[in-house]
Amino acid sequence: MDIQVRVWRQSGPTDTGRMVSYDVKDISPDASFLEMLDVLNEKLILDGDDPIAFDHDCREGICGACSMVIDGTAHGPEKATTTCQLHMRHFKQGDTIDVEPWRAAAFPVIKDLVVDRTAFDQIIQAGGYITAPTGAAPEAHATPVPKADADLAFEAATCIGCGACVAACPNGSAMLFTAAKVAHLGLMPQGQPERDTRVIDMLQAQDDAGFGGCTNMGECSQVCPKGIPLTLIGRLNSDYRKAVRKQL
Amino acid sequence: MADFWNDGDAIVDTAAPEGPIENRWEKRKFSAKLVNPANRRKLTVIVVGTGLAGGSAAATLAEAGYHVKSYCYQDSPRRAHSIAAQGGINAAKNYRNDGDSIYRLFYDTVKGGDFRARESNVYRLASVSVNIIDQCVAQGVPFAREYGGLLDNRSFGGTQVSRTFYARGQTGQQLLLGAYQAMERQIGLGNIEMNARHEMLELIIVEGKARGIVVRDMVTGEITTEMADAVVLASGGYGNVFFLSTNAKGCNVTASWRAHRKGALFANPCYTQIHPTCIPESGTHQSKLTLMSESLRNDGRVWVPKDAADCQKPAADIPEEDRDYYLERIYPSFGNLVPRDIASRAAKNVCDEGRGVGPGGLGVYLDFADAIKRLGKKAVEAKYGNLFEMYQRITGEDPYAVPMRIYPAVHYTMGGLWVDYDLQSTIPGLFVVGEANFSDHGANRLGASALMQGLGDGYFVLPTTLGNYLASGPYEKISEDHEEVVAARNEVESRIKRLLEIDGDRTVDSFHRELGHIMWEYCGMERTEEGLTKAIGLIRSLKEEFWQRVKVPGTGEQLNQNLEKAGRVADFFELGELMCIDALHRRESCGGHFRAESQTPDGEALRHDDEFSYVAAWEYATGESGKPTLHKEPLEFEYVHPSTRSYK
Repeated sequence: MDIQVRVWRQSGPTDTGRMVSYDVKDISPDASFLEMLDVLNEKLILDGDDPIAFDHDCREGICGACSMVIDGTAHGPEKATTTCQLHMRHFKQGDTIDVEPWRAAAFPVIKDLVVDRTAFDQIIQAGGYITAPTGAAPEAHATPVPKADADLAFEAATCIGCGACVAACPNGSAMLFTAAKVAHLGLMPQGQPERDTRVIDMLQAQDDAGFGGCTNMGECSQVCPKGIPLTLIGRLNSDYRKAVRKQL
Repeated sequence: MADFWNDGDAIVDTAAPEGPIENRWEKRKFSAKLVNPANRRKLTVIVVGTGLAGGSAAATLAEAGYHVKSYCYQDSPRRAHSIAAQGGINAAKNYRNDGDSIYRLFYDTVKGGDFRARESNVYRLASVSVNIIDQCVAQGVPFAREYGGLLDNRSFGGTQVSRTFYARGQTGQQLLLGAYQAMERQIGLGNIEMNARHEMLELIIVEGKARGIVVRDMVTGEITTEMADAVVLASGGYGNVFFLSTNAKGCNVTASWRAHRKGALFANPCYTQIHPTCIPESGTHQSKLTLMSESLRNDGRVWVPKDAADCQKPAADIPEEDRDYYLERIYPSFGNLVPRDIASRAAKNVCDEGRGVGPGGLGVYLDFADAIKRLGKKAVEAKYGNLFEMYQRITGEDPYAVPMRIYPAVHYTMGGLWVDYDLQSTIPGLFVVGEANFSDHGANRLGASALMQGLGDGYFVLPTTLGNYLASGPYEKISEDHEEVVAARNEVESRIKRLLEIDGDRTVDSFHRELGHIMWEYCGMERTEEGLTKAIGLIRSLKEEFWQRVKVPGTGEQLNQNLEKAGRVADFFELGELMCIDALHRRESCGGHFRAESQTPDGEALRHDDEFSYVAAWEYATGESGKPTLHKEPLEFEYVHPSTRSYK
């Protein structure tokens, strides 16, 4: 099929950037969205133009590298699907498709569709871990974990750190990302000793990194490719209140 | 044939302690020199790669007090390709009381590797496996659990016990996030200096020791030299030499290959694992292949039409009597559950006969119609629902209604840089961990063993053996003006300049694709002397064409993804050639390496233990001959005696 893409082109962090249209011809409906961009890039290179830069790696929906706002929606029109798993059969002959980078104050654009997401790593550094230096671990079966807790912890832990939640949030908040990690570790018995400091420190780091505040819009969960539930934010708020109260 | 290589000296010392195998690691740990905690912060270690091996090593070394500098090409250490591992991680916990033990895990791994691995290393791997699970649970890894709150286990190929720990189909992700979080804690504490979006492009050797690396900042293009007391490579496997593989797009051999060019031996490069159940190519746009869990073969039946003329018909229009359930026909006792290498080769054979299905005729059916009839759609959905969904997302076909199409794909590389028992390469101070080394899987890796090896190396083995090396440090400080440092840096800069200046008329990807075709055709599932010889010629001329016609747009002083790719593909050419030479020299079939000339009368792999029971460690082709030199490390089997695998 033949389509037109309008892609955000920005040569570097200081460039103002603009949308540029490209015709892409003869694309197989079985191609993935990124493969469509590969085809376009091959053409741009041979025409002497600058190919479009975008982040991608595993191309199977788990590494969290790919990050495009497609027709106004983070990761595009398919529910629970990363950009790399979106296929061209979901578009029609003659469509015009808009492709933009994540847009958030905490995720500055590096080039074209590539943004800097180190702010996520900073949130984890502040407390998104359990302190368990290598070698100090007790026998794995020493502490049973109720299956329901382990299963819910797993659900929260499936976050791939792509940042779609931030891109979709009108406030550019990272609350769903932070809440997922707080829930994962807070549900495990091993995570209890640091539970209070974790939630306080991670929220502080989130604010410091320039993310906006959460106003419960729920857009984050709608675009999350792993379906991280919005209820985890309620859980985070509850943990936070308890932790702050204890400090008083 | 020997025209392609020179024979060199055998490797006699692997640095493994002697005595009963179960005491060797304890013995090594006790004999290892220790570094006083106060001195550790004066010692700097570079770790390249942040997957399971690199992430766990960086975190553990930093916890111990060393100053660690970590590098990865991704935008965050959390995205290393270990994240995509699905199945699970083996450990000899014997929680099922089914007779498992460290010895049994050791035995299964040596046998599964088709008797081409070093016994001492494999035994150590099996013995640290139990500590890995303890460590991961302490970090909060949400493994699958039973209702009583204890850890669940499942069975995996090649074993008769249940020893695989898992977190649904995302075990690699959860284990990697555990290591990543431990790393981030150390980054926050200032013990690890993290350099994401940085690529290692050269190794720096001073006075015979690995002392640093040359890296390129992938955002600004800045080239810097980074110095340390030791260098650890945890840069993964080289499956992307085939262009299409289940590896992430960025996975590459450059860090390993640069070290190889500087003198580190490269062992068993021809041992590649080809996984039978992947989603087939859908067209020329294909950029990577996706693995579907092997567990599907428990209930799915594999078939192709008996008559090539039926291949274009819809599957439903092909009556039962016109279908060839070829695995059930050829292997009546194992049927659809034959091991990976056998299932892969059989699929290739029927497609070569022109009986493949789907685009390009490169696919076979994996049919669940019988399972749905027998168990009901609900039961099939409960077991495989997420896999069916993934299949549908990628292919647009509903596997409940039409049979899945599958085809083998390159998945893992057992070969890698040669290391001794201490995981040290032939360059002092250069250590190699995880998939990047060759050490523990022999000619074939068992399912759920890659995660075990990565974490075993990083959490438990390397921190001890590297400490022993560092105990002789800190080594003399090296100035950035040192001639070796300047030379390494110049080499990187001139290579980049050369790539940019060619300004030809073919893209990097077009070369990479063509190289991949050659490798897949002649150094894939079945190899012959004739094919390999031909491949070497094809690779050499393609490499020459690459250096004349490649077009790399942009400059070196910016984010330039094509420049990154060009450097990696240039190294893949050299690796591909060495893989073919290694495959050519090994005139036997073993594990993932099948030589058509070496098979039993009924077409099964035939090893030649008398001639080939050794590790082939290659020295880079320097000097006038332009040929690599083969060093053999003889393998001795004191405990597990070589036998023949049979699945008929």
